Amino acid sequence: MLAVRARSPRAAGASGGGVTTEVSAIPEDGGQGPGPEPADVLLSARGVKKYFPVRTGILKRTVGQLQAVDGVDLDIFRGETVGLVGESGCGKSTLGRTLLRLLEPTAGEIEFDGVDVRRLGGRDLKAMRRHMQIVFQDSVGSLDPRMTVRDLVGEGLRIHRLERKHRDVAVLDVLERVGLSAEAAGRYPHQFSGGQRQRIGLARALVLRPKFIVADEPVSALDVSIQSQVLNLLVELKQEFDLTYLFVAHDLAVVGYISDRVAVMYLGKVVELATSEELFRRPLHPYTMALLSANPEPVPGRKHQRVVLTGDVPSPIDPPSGCRFRTRCPIAQPICAEVEPLLVPHDEGPDHVAACHFAGTPIQVGAQHADVA
Amino acid sequence: MTALLEVEGLRTGFDTREGFLRAVDGVSFEIAPGGTLGVVGESGSGKSVTALSVMRLIDRPGRIAEGSRILLEGRDLAALGERELGAIRGNEIAMIFQEPMTSLNPVFTVGNQIAESVRLHQGLGSKEALDRAVEMMRLVGIPSAEQRVQDYPHQMSGGMRQRVMIAMALSCNPKLLIADEPTTALDVTVQAQILELMKELRERLGMAILLITHDLGVIAEMVDEVVVMYAGRVVERGPVADVFASPQHPYTEALLDSIPLLGMRYSTPLRAIRGVVPSPLEWPTGCRFAPRCDYAFDRCVTEDPPLLPVPPQESACWLCEHGRRVPQVRRVVA
Repeated sequence: MLAVRARSPRAAGASGGGVTTEVSAIPEDGGQGPGPEPADVLLSARGVKKYFPVRTGILKRTVGQLQAVDGVDLDIFRGETVGLVGESGCGKSTLGRTLLRLLEPTAGEIEFDGVDVRRLGGRDLKAMRRHMQIVFQDSVGSLDPRMTVRDLVGEGLRIHRLERKHRDVAVLDVLERVGLSAEAAGRYPHQFSGGQRQRIGLARALVLRPKFIVADEPVSALDVSIQSQVLNLLVELKQEFDLTYLFVAHDLAVVGYISDRVAVMYLGKVVELATSEELFRRPLHPYTMALLSANPEPVPGRKHQRVVLTGDVPSPIDPPSGCRFRTRCPIAQPICAEVEPLLVPHDEGPDHVAACHFAGTPIQVGAQHADVA
Repeated sequence: MTALLEVEGLRTGFDTREGFLRAVDGVSFEIAPGGTLGVVGESGSGKSVTALSVMRLIDRPGRIAEGSRILLEGRDLAALGERELGAIRGNEIAMIFQEPMTSLNPVFTVGNQIAESVRLHQGLGSKEALDRAVEMMRLVGIPSAEQRVQDYPHQMSGGMRQRVMIAMALSCNPKLLIADEPTTALDVTVQAQILELMKELRERLGMAILLITHDLGVIAEMVDEVVVMYAGRVVERGPVADVFASPQHPYTEALLDSIPLLGMRYSTPLRAIRGVVPSPLEWPTGCRFAPRCDYAFDRCVTEDPPLLPVPPQESACWLCEHGRRVPQVRRVVA
């Protein structure tokens, strides 16, 4: 099966808390030998960057780099769900795809199940891909309209050279587990509703019995009554198939609901990472606080005071110096423009990290910040 | 005559080979001057067609069926001709849409487009109209409005474009603003800005708002009265606080219970509504929610429940025939 080759000793930099404090630099070799518990870590990312060149003119000259993901360290433990939340353009989907090497990282280390993903190629990469799958938001765009559900779901098995008759058994089995009937196998994607198509997407991922699934906004396009069906299904399937999820979404309540730990991203960086409970109870980063307070809750009378951020997210082509959030931050100080804050623990224990010089400072309600835009 | 807008028995549908396909099937509601009403429903519930009908923006093969009444201060919009409608649209009723990019013309500056509506509706000259555009842009919180009035839509962010749409809509002091999913395409922090802006402008200008959205959270923040739609019908309506605290229709109850609130965890499964919203081609007989309802009994399948009074709400459910029922909302408010 998998050729475990060239295991990098660099993951030893992880100290066990799930996160290292180095943000932008790739950690150098640990020095003290291998870390104590890489067994629990399914996926480990160190200093992952993904830049896209910005080209203009007829000569397509590269005039800049869009820093979609700019130095992310993340450990995902076996059996947990990590949520990745942020607004559009923060790099959360790019990070998810880069971790699977669907996008080639610009820099950084990615280890999956002890194997350095970046060094894999050809057959080994294909074998590895079996264990890491992705479910997309757009169930119309990601399912070929000319293929039947049987072929769509069986496609991965075909690529991995399973015989047709075994394939069909496996397809029917997985369809049943995602809540679709056997007769669905003969039909085409357009004959299904959005929620059912999302189940087909899940079946496609699950049929290969992966260890890890990146779910990229899997419920964002669905109506609420269907959203809850799919969320419940994701929770059940995780148990049943011993899965580990990276759940990418913009809806904080949904991410918090399904995740054990949540990473908040802003402009290509993780700004806060904590367990779901902890993040909601004691948000440390002002951006997390703003996200929480902006979330409209269907509870009338609970009209909390809002932290209304001024302006828009700056361009990731030319991000602000120092802390990237400072241009919209209600508590920004001169130091924030000069020194980039590291993603480090504060008073809340080692597992709650935030990248802010003034982490935990309560935000003044209605605080106005000079409009930099 | 207290209501600003009174919609009565609105039926809007589309002429197809199979006959008249109803998307909105007998919807009634009213809005007081300066009031706020939210229409909430999932896709296919008919909420957007309702909004478009009020604006009379339904194009063939769609049409508003006879017998529908849309009364704006007593005048029946459903019976007006195009010319008279032109005087009302933009002037007395204005509308903003979900996607400001497609509603704005990419080849004109935003200032130009705001000015155009002022010129058209209020007969101002070009110079005054442009001044008014700057004034409106300032009102909706666009920084350095004098410069940005020269911007083209693509030079602005989604939030700014929605502000331009609001500026345009409000430039003629409408009595009613219809907002169809105004923040659905926006990020939460920008959505918060736009919602705050709409609230503030409503207080300042005193217009009524008809807000169409699928987002119960936005409804809770923005409006006083809510209409819940399902399969072309109103299933429940009443004051937001009452409807959300004690939903009388099983659909409202299930909808509220299916949304994760901040702080809820996966150890508590969410309420799922089985099945899917039926298409207008296959609306069931009797109560349209009955096939998906946890409480349905024989009568629900045969007889269509009317809106029954359960003060301060109304609910189209047979369980409400003898007064309020106790909803089983399990939501834990953290």
